[in-house]
Amino acid sequence: MTASLGKDLTGLEHLTPEQIRLILDTAEPFKEVSERPIKKVPALRGKTIVNLFFEASTRTRISFEFAEKRLSADTVNVAATGSSVSKGETLVDTAKNLEAMRIDMVVIRHPSSGAAGFLGERIRSNVINAGDGKHEHPTQALLDLLTIRDKHGKIEGLKVCLVGDVLHSRVARSNIWGLTKLGAQVGVCGPHTLMPRGIEELGVRFFPRIEEAIEWADVLNVLRLQLERMEKGFIPSLREYYRVWGVTPERLERSPRPITIMHPGPMNRGVEIDSRVADGPHSVILDQVTNGVAVRMAVLYLLAGGRPELADAAKRGAGAE
Amino acid sequence: MPAKSDRTILLDARAMSRALQRMAVEVAELAHGTADLVIIGIQRRGVELAERIAKFIEKDEGVAVPRGALDITLYRDDLETVGPKPVIGETRLPVDLTGKHAVIVDDVLYTGRTVRAALDELADFGRPKRISLCVLVDRGGRELPIQADVVGKVVKTGPGDRVEVQVAEVDGRDQVDLVR
Repeated sequence: MTASLGKDLTGLEHLTPEQIRLILDTAEPFKEVSERPIKKVPALRGKTIVNLFFEASTRTRISFEFAEKRLSADTVNVAATGSSVSKGETLVDTAKNLEAMRIDMVVIRHPSSGAAGFLGERIRSNVINAGDGKHEHPTQALLDLLTIRDKHGKIEGLKVCLVGDVLHSRVARSNIWGLTKLGAQVGVCGPHTLMPRGIEELGVRFFPRIEEAIEWADVLNVLRLQLERMEKGFIPSLREYYRVWGVTPERLERSPRPITIMHPGPMNRGVEIDSRVADGPHSVILDQVTNGVAVRMAVLYLLAGGRPELADAAKRGAGAE
Repeated sequence: MPAKSDRTILLDARAMSRALQRMAVEVAELAHGTADLVIIGIQRRGVELAERIAKFIEKDEGVAVPRGALDITLYRDDLETVGPKPVIGETRLPVDLTGKHAVIVDDVLYTGRTVRAALDELADFGRPKRISLCVLVDRGGRELPIQADVVGKVVKTGPGDRVEVQVAEVDGRDQVDLVR
């Protein structure tokens, strides 16, 4: 019997390896849909999806919107600014009001950790987490997994190192869950000030120097350094960060093997990653973006609220065709 | 659930091969040769049957016949009601279908809903000059005004019956059974 996903996707922490593989395998045929002359299939026709973004986002929001539109869903974008949210309405009230207009799914990005799960427990619609605080960003990790699997043909046994601001990164957290569940070895590398305490308890290996990480890894997932971290004193300066932690061609040259380079975007060229690496032959950064649409289509397709109670009625008299 | 099911063989391996050979001849005749012919199998066993038919035609006519595969899952009208979502197979169409004679190949023709979905999906890939339908088994029981142009075997069945098609590439042997 096929695995299913349940009502919401709030993170990878509570998914089984089978559920993660189901999403990745389902994403595979959706890649082809985006290559068609007519990039649209009717699978989610008549479904209404609200993209509720309480935080700025370009790539993730557009990626979700493409995924929704290519599945023929009707979509509405709600941004925090300019909506009743800025008038003090609570998250649940906003969502309940939307639900009163008969929506089917909510894609939410929110600055508070746990916001997606909180909402999912309180509304009937399917909820998909598009990033909540420092908690998780499951679809980003899923597209990273898919990209790694495309490039290396497998995930199990690979050594993947997350480089940079792991402390504030929901992308890192979701990646750690997903990669370890699928049998990869996970490393983290970055300044002590940007490492959560007790990170090793998640089953990952800490590399205090980027050179050591490069020597070890098959894949580097270079996290974005949020520039406001400098003002808050986590790092001395951007130039210093580049000098000590920057992923440069000179450093990569010393690796015994070619290393696949990933970045969730948006990149700070010349800070966490050198342009020659970002645009180099082993970079899969744009493949990540392409795969993002396919992964999100797969998640939407798998979650889309079916009405199984009608299944029996439909099956009666239909036989096994 | 019936305690015991009754299984009869509709086509054994040799009968299936003969049927496919005849169907290949009929497809080529229907298309007036192979100039614009594209053979498209519906996932999953239709793809293997399409491959066999295309090979027979290639042997007889001595030319390559383009073939494709179509997964109609995302065009089904019952996605709302199916429990766990069906696994989606590959869709691969080798050429632009505009101006071509597309022949859809499937294992069993029953309600006609799969074919309806396939017609909708093909329309998103271009405008074929003609679409024909070729099935190994027509078991009756249509719910839509759809009929096949080339048929391997016609069999009368009731709603509780199952027609099981096995092909060597997927199931290890060629056989068609009626299970009642």
